[in-house]
Amino acid sequence: MNFIEARKLVYEYIRRDEEENVEGITTALDNVSLSIKQGEFVAVLGHNGSGKSTLAKHLNVLLQAGEGTLWIDGKDAGDKENVWEIRKNTGMVFQNPDNQIIAGVVEEDVAFGPENIGVPTDEIWKRVERSLESVGMTAYREHSPNRLSGGQKQRVAIAGVMAMEPKCIVMDESTAMLDPNGRNEVLEAVMGLNQEKHITVIWITHYMEEVVQADRVYVMDKGKVVMEGTPREIFSQADILKACRLDVPQVTLLAHELRKAGIKVPEGILTRQELVEALCQLY
Amino acid sequence: MLRDITIGQYYPSNSIIHRLDSRVKLVGTLAYVLSLFLFRNVFGFAAVTFGLAVLVKMSKVPFRYMVKGLRAIVIILVMTGLFNVFLTPGEPLWSFWKFTITQEGLKNAGFMIIRLVYLILGSSLLTLTTTPNQLTDGMEKGLRPLNKIGVPVHEVSMMMSIALRFIPILVEETDKIMKAQLARGADFESGNLIKKAKAMVPLLVPLFISAFRRANDLALAMEARCYRGGEGRTKMKPLKYEKRDRAAYLIIGGYFIGIILLRMLNFNFHIEN
Amino acid sequence: MSIILDKVSYVYGRKTAYEKQALRNISLKIEDGEFIGLIGHTGSGKSTLIQHLNGLLQADSGGIYYNGRDIYETDYDKKELRSKVGLVFQYPEHQLFETTVFEDVCFGPRNLGLSKKETELRAFGVLRSVGLPEECWYQSPFTLSGGQKRRAAIAGVLAMKPEVLILDEPTAGLDPKGRDEILEQVASMHRELHMTVILVSHSMEDVARYVNRLIVMNQGSILLDGRPGEVFQYYRELEAVGLAAPQVTYLMHELQQRGIPVDTGVTTLEEAKESILQAFSGRTRSR
Repeated sequence: MNFIEARKLVYEYIRRDEEENVEGITTALDNVSLSIKQGEFVAVLGHNGSGKSTLAKHLNVLLQAGEGTLWIDGKDAGDKENVWEIRKNTGMVFQNPDNQIIAGVVEEDVAFGPENIGVPTDEIWKRVERSLESVGMTAYREHSPNRLSGGQKQRVAIAGVMAMEPKCIVMDESTAMLDPNGRNEVLEAVMGLNQEKHITVIWITHYMEEVVQADRVYVMDKGKVVMEGTPREIFSQADILKACRLDVPQVTLLAHELRKAGIKVPEGILTRQELVEALCQLY
Repeated sequence: MLRDITIGQYYPSNSIIHRLDSRVKLVGTLAYVLSLFLFRNVFGFAAVTFGLAVLVKMSKVPFRYMVKGLRAIVIILVMTGLFNVFLTPGEPLWSFWKFTITQEGLKNAGFMIIRLVYLILGSSLLTLTTTPNQLTDGMEKGLRPLNKIGVPVHEVSMMMSIALRFIPILVEETDKIMKAQLARGADFESGNLIKKAKAMVPLLVPLFISAFRRANDLALAMEARCYRGGEGRTKMKPLKYEKRDRAAYLIIGGYFIGIILLRMLNFNFHIEN
Repeated sequence: MSIILDKVSYVYGRKTAYEKQALRNISLKIEDGEFIGLIGHTGSGKSTLIQHLNGLLQADSGGIYYNGRDIYETDYDKKELRSKVGLVFQYPEHQLFETTVFEDVCFGPRNLGLSKKETELRAFGVLRSVGLPEECWYQSPFTLSGGQKRRAAIAGVLAMKPEVLILDEPTAGLDPKGRDEILEQVASMHRELHMTVILVSHSMEDVARYVNRLIVMNQGSILLDGRPGEVFQYYRELEAVGLAAPQVTYLMHELQQRGIPVDTGVTTLEEAKESILQAFSGRTRSR
């Protein structure tokens, strides 16, 4: 069975005026279906307001769908009994690095999750050590989070999730507020966890470059999944992406333009190396 | 100005004071503060000074660093001093126009200022040697009996530690919003009180909105990490009394009895006079 | 008209544990009508520098001259300077506070003491020029989408009618379409209103596409200053300070190393395409 199996999820935000009358309904998820295998690195692309963050919150049962079914690790997310088990197994890292660190010392923050689920003290220390190690933040364990860079704060947040020993991490636009170096730092840390510890990763973003490494991509627009495939399949359809307020990586776009101008480079080139090789072969 | 306040800031070190259980330090601070208002003569003063000096030395926090914290209360000190000097009735020493300085006034002012200075130094010693988390942990555990009468001790201490973490973030945010509005020609300085209060609206509204947004984000993040109140929680750093903590309790007890004895000594001294 | 910085230095948190020299002896001349990109990694001094240009921070030493006048003279009107040098902070939507977008945009002109009529005329003008749909104007700014909020906030600065517009990462957190829309709007203001624009950005691709001069900062000093094509030739130096050149610069260098005669000075996708096509057509002719 797939690790995550979503069938026709529907979620509506209902806006109300001061007298509690319904002013309008926004359909944030419109019949969304997903299936994600254990150990996959799956990217969810979508513009601001496309529903991708709403979807992320479902995977951690911070929101519950109005319609449809969601199974995570063989457990029904609609059943209240399963909420804490699911939250433990699918950790979540949010967008704003400052607003998800609870304690005033790095190691104490990493311990927050295990403390909540009642892990014994000795075991907490071991887990904190391992998780900080896995994101390369051991040197900062006694620091205050306030003086860390954005990328470092996000790595602390990842360590905090790892300390709960989840099977899956949902990165909800966790790189949106970082500079390019911070984004790379976080992406590398998470890719490491995916490759070495086989953690399932759901990477939510609107930066095209971050999607290139993913196993599979879902593209969302207006609450719907509009495309699904490998990065190569997705990025060879530049026009649909543009219509969804998205883009393709610059190298892919250049290859696309060259192809239109008559140079027969293959469709769906993702990296610079690929384009260099293709051009050298044609020259 | 906000940067000068050392209360609430932690000074990392590995001294014996740092390692004491935060409950001991809380009780100790309480005893110390009480003792400040118990001494009446030079002997008591000497004992308190000696105690403070030993603690500061043991804490390995640079004295200069602690004194910096006093800058924030200079105005309060001056005001207290002036009130006591001029408004205490007694033996006139010197007088001009409507003001009279009395012997008692000088004495009161001196003791009052010393008390305040010692109060700030002593309580900042607590926060300089104890992380906010240890402090709230200590309060949580120390006040646990109150749980029985319906006081949400865990929730209150969790709120306090979160507040402490967000103070620097909100100070920075205030600075940023202020600059953004200055760039749009806002004026926070000139005008009378009403105008000044009105000028704060463009600062306070965004600040509140941001604080609410942060609170909302944080609540989600805590929930995502399985936070559900104090029940069933374990601790990474549980509070446990060590030998040194018991020894410290004994010293605190001894100190407190000593101060009371010194006060009584003073009492007898007066009667004989 | 110009801005001249003469040996400007600034230290943050003097005499505290966090003392940091944020600017070291910066000398710089910004000419009227330039479109400047300011890049540097986080903490390199870019934000400190731009806050000096409108007098929000005051240099510890050195002088700043706006249109030939020393802004540190005691009788220099700082408020007027701030209206002439408009500064849009990072995430400017966090400064919105009024009940409607329109009122919020009026805040700046009102502070300048303009009449009600002039204030409102300006507000209409800038709301239109940032492309905010009319139905949003009288809504609470907090009901807008992320990209719309950002534009409303930028309009609030534009309403001061600045001669110089400084934007600190105006596209942070926006999706690709939102990013392009904002940058296009800024570029068109530069073109049509002849505004001097300083764009602080982390995206090399963005600056390469729009600016005609690029200033690179590192540890409070200016590392490089020149046309984007020139600056990106130094991609090794840029990497050494935690930056990079645009993808196409690397691509062109690699192609040249492999024997395809392309122009390594190009920085944008269009230029790269032209150069590659030219190299390929040259090949067919020579055969």
